[in-house]
Amino acid sequence: MLLSRTLLKRHSVLPGFDLALGFTLLYLGFVVLIPLSAAFLKTFTMTWPAFWDAVATPRVLASYRLTFGASFGAALLNAFFGLIVCWVLVRYDFPGKRLIDALVDLPFALPTAVAGIALTALYAKNGWIGQFLPFKVSFTPLGVFVALTFIGLPFVVRTLQPVLEDLHKEIEEAAATLGASRWQTFAKVIFPILTPALLTGFALAFARALGEYGSVIFIAGNMPMVSEITPLLIITKLEQYDYQGATAIAVVMLVSAFVLLLAINALQAWTRARQGR
Amino acid sequence: MSATAQTLSAPPARAGVAPRRIATATTEPVWVKWLLIAVALGFLTLFLFVPLAIVFAEAFKKGAQVYLAAITEADALSAIKLTLIAAGIAVPMNLVFGVAAAWCIAKFEFRGKNLLLTLIDLPFSVSPVISGLIYVLVFGLQGWFGEWLRDHDLKIIFAVPGIVLATVFVTFPFVARELIPLMQAQGTEQEEAARVLGANGWQIFRRVTLPNIKWALLYGVILCNARAMGEFGAVSVVSGHIRGQTNTMPLHIEILYNEYQFAAAFAVASLLAGLALVTLVLKFIVERRVKSQLAVQGDRSE
Repeated sequence: MLLSRTLLKRHSVLPGFDLALGFTLLYLGFVVLIPLSAAFLKTFTMTWPAFWDAVATPRVLASYRLTFGASFGAALLNAFFGLIVCWVLVRYDFPGKRLIDALVDLPFALPTAVAGIALTALYAKNGWIGQFLPFKVSFTPLGVFVALTFIGLPFVVRTLQPVLEDLHKEIEEAAATLGASRWQTFAKVIFPILTPALLTGFALAFARALGEYGSVIFIAGNMPMVSEITPLLIITKLEQYDYQGATAIAVVMLVSAFVLLLAINALQAWTRARQGR
Repeated sequence: MSATAQTLSAPPARAGVAPRRIATATTEPVWVKWLLIAVALGFLTLFLFVPLAIVFAEAFKKGAQVYLAAITEADALSAIKLTLIAAGIAVPMNLVFGVAAAWCIAKFEFRGKNLLLTLIDLPFSVSPVISGLIYVLVFGLQGWFGEWLRDHDLKIIFAVPGIVLATVFVTFPFVARELIPLMQAQGTEQEEAARVLGANGWQIFRRVTLPNIKWALLYGVILCNARAMGEFGAVSVVSGHIRGQTNTMPLHIEILYNEYQFAAAFAVASLLAGLALVTLVLKFIVERRVKSQLAVQGDRSE
């Protein structure tokens, strides 16, 4: 009763608001908010220098560089190829297209541990792909990049797809009528419309890659200072019973993730505005 | 429309000047088209199809007997059982939550709705490792309830309840996320009509809302289940890796792999890869149902 009286903006004849919202808030609180707040409260018990010592040692800084760098690179690669894949799936017809369209979601459905061992086997020195490469991929930072590319692959395709499908053919015809070449039409008419969605997809892939653990640890080799990602460092600290150190690094990652979440929300609002909705 | 597009994109049979100019005005030249298709397929082959294929190839590399032995061995079976238990508890819990959250968000206008939507999505942006860590901070020996739990001889971390909790956390938004946009698009008219005709809350949900959302509900459950069974990072932190007791399938794969039992590791992995493929097939079917359901409702409301 209290919830509906204080929160409802408009009276509704439908029942169940108090029960549904009450349960939602309770469940959200116990499963998500209280445990998450534990991470922040734990770091509040640390002094500022102790916190700084935990999150800014050379080994931790090296892991940030690798995690953020490889995530950024993988998201960039996915943005480029994702645009091509999406274009091909929306605009062209070829045999097996619907099967391929469905398989794009594989990284969402395939458990990360399975992806991890599969990629490691592929890119190992004697693996299906690794044997043809002149340089090492498995057990190097390049392996981290490959794994993060795999898990971020669907994001750009799936955020671009509805926007490209909704794109009106008329504006392309108008551009052509006005004398634009096909490339000019793409670069000056189509691409600007796709930009917000492309950035959203990029940000989603980047955010997902930052926290990724399962697929990376198999292929990375996990050498401190070289190929050790930040999530692994959190686990290492936990295994050494350094709960404060682990939590401090976790808070740094959580804050970066939340900042990205805000950026993604803003990008999505921009996408909707660009589409005129 | 599609017919004209096809004739335009097809190379003109008798190389007339005019048709060719039209053809390049709103479609790409044929060589660009096939180059783009080749690049897209090459990228997907390298990063999607080959990794999927190698799972099954490695699993059967040493023959069907090794494969069968790997998935029927006692530790593997207990890992499969624990995975089913964790998903069997986590998915129904998040299903109930998803329906409740979607009901209040989609059918009512209230203050703080956008904040609630953001908070529901929160677990998606939390690293799996951190999802496990926060439960260690609450229920672990050094955590908030650590001593109390020890005094009462209860174990959550490094035991099955912790694995279930971590799984619930990482699959938290799936069902709600599928239902909310659909139910918002459907509006409240049908439910209000049922109310005016004298239906009670349960009848409205059971007879009006549920038939409208059943495919999206199933879709959410499928995605939720796939993630629940495949979760690795979060479960890894809270599990303690006790063989035969707190090992789920993904954790069992890791142990086998680290022991250089590659064929066995890929055999168990192939079960999860099979689950992923089933998930994609179901997703494909259900997605089409949701689309046609939305189209029907769109026609009805016009």
